Amino acid sequence: MTKVLTTRFDLKGEACDIDVYIKTGGYAALEKAFREMTPEAVIEEVKKSALRGRGGAGFPTGMKWSFVPKESKRPKYVVCNADESEPGTGKDRDLMRWDPHMLIEGMLITAYALNARDSYIYIRGEYWYIKEILERAIAQAYERGYLGKNVLGSGREFNLYVHPGAGAYICGEETALLESLEGKRGHPRLKPPFPAVVGLYGGPTVVNNVETLAAVPWIISNGGDAYRALGTEKSGGTKLFTVSGHIVRPGNYEVPMGYPMSKLIYEDCGGIRNGKKLKAVIPGGSSVPIITAEEVEKCGLDYESVAAVGSMLGSGGVIVMDETVDIFETTRNLTHFYHHESCGWCTPCREGTRWLQKVFERMHRYEGRPGDVELLHELADKILGKSFCPLGDAAAMPVQSAIDKFREDFDRRIKHDLVQIKMHAAD
Amino acid sequence: MYSEANENKIDELLTHYPVKRSAVLPVLYIAQEEHGYVTDEDVKYIARRLDMRVNEVEEVVTFYTMYSRKPVGKYKLQVCRTISCQILGAEAITEHLCRKLGTGLGETTSDGKFTVMEVECLGYCDLAPVLQVNFDYHEQVDTARVDKIVDELV
Repeated sequence: MTKVLTTRFDLKGEACDIDVYIKTGGYAALEKAFREMTPEAVIEEVKKSALRGRGGAGFPTGMKWSFVPKESKRPKYVVCNADESEPGTGKDRDLMRWDPHMLIEGMLITAYALNARDSYIYIRGEYWYIKEILERAIAQAYERGYLGKNVLGSGREFNLYVHPGAGAYICGEETALLESLEGKRGHPRLKPPFPAVVGLYGGPTVVNNVETLAAVPWIISNGGDAYRALGTEKSGGTKLFTVSGHIVRPGNYEVPMGYPMSKLIYEDCGGIRNGKKLKAVIPGGSSVPIITAEEVEKCGLDYESVAAVGSMLGSGGVIVMDETVDIFETTRNLTHFYHHESCGWCTPCREGTRWLQKVFERMHRYEGRPGDVELLHELADKILGKSFCPLGDAAAMPVQSAIDKFREDFDRRIKHDLVQIKMHAAD
Repeated sequence: MYSEANENKIDELLTHYPVKRSAVLPVLYIAQEEHGYVTDEDVKYIARRLDMRVNEVEEVVTFYTMYSRKPVGKYKLQVCRTISCQILGAEAITEHLCRKLGTGLGETTSDGKFTVMEVECLGYCDLAPVLQVNFDYHEQVDTARVDKIVDELV
């Protein structure tokens, strides 16, 4: 299988050194783009590749770039979203700590294509040591003339800075990220205008995930068609999946788009731990609907195939749960997460996640009232599609899908009348 | 206000952005590094240094979970509580730490050394369960490893 993103993972960090990176083919794509390609040709190549945003939304990358106006009075920016906080996901972490220059190269090609001078990597604050890895790599790139004034004799200046977040899931949402980068609370902005037109400091801005940008050098070196051919017609290339939970060999796996999920779980990852049976999988990070073991069997790992079983590819965080897991408890855990991370900006999300959590807590104590399962479903419905940004949807979808597919785990939490009477009698 | 190295660091940070205010998150980390938490003086000083109003700094500090406006332990023992860590036993780790140190969740030991905290997803799901001590990650921990980590810090 062709590797695009993980070719230097086996070096376990040696590629952080620019010499090792160059020796293994690094910065060749940048030279090619700068010397042989026009910015338009770069964008065209990325469009051909069918690369889609790897942060979760899956928006076609080339199309996103083409929304940036050519002429702009305000400076344009490239921003890398390295706020990786989606539960179940730890892929950008390895991309950055084991191959930081690949991200830098991808960002430089993007900045060249969009005619941006300054770029930022917004990295979650907890990844402090990775921030330091990136800063050392950037310093090396300045020394070698890949960053700074007159890069590769182009007469153009490129700068790259790393900016730490400080513990807020919402800042993974691109407009909240921009607010945060401007030194404010991470509240999402109204769209439109989209960041491609009005973004950072009011300038046209492209915000892309780490994995998306890291794929750009390969696409430029090998061509968009070659990248697309690695995957399926609609979902080009390869994708990195973080497999976690009750699995023999958890970790990050790069597989071509369309790869069977069951093969990833049972062959690459060695199957379920301790000889247990699979119960459920959350295929794309905690925000997407849960699927059953039966659905895993027929699911391919590409945007369309996961959608066909009613879920989403999302960030590629595959959370594997064995038969001992109580889906009520994992869903309660996620509801706690979304309630904690709701930024408080809009009512459906702020209040809705709070109410969800309240009902979950009483059911957790086995004090659920008849009708509470329906109430959870309805509360989720009041958030779904009605919140200011997708965090609300992300809170609602796991709840509804868990109830729809694992109802028995919820029903167990309802206190039946007979028990209620007995308990009152005991009072 | 801060050490010369840190003041220089702030000057350097200000060159990264077209507006000073953008440096508020990185500068707040410097404040915490110097004082252990963000003090009232820090808020006032940062506001002056970055041309912000005091309440603008305050609203940022209180939004992000990695800043504290109150003293915390020298070592923040942060156990990830979210799903992948949850199903691999995070709760038992947290309970063990609280029992071992004789402290409640979110509380600091009387010697001011440790604060046990539950935090949301740390991005180490494939290496769950994970404990982060200040900025240091400890992956695939169990109670025995947690004991060793804490004992070395006592």
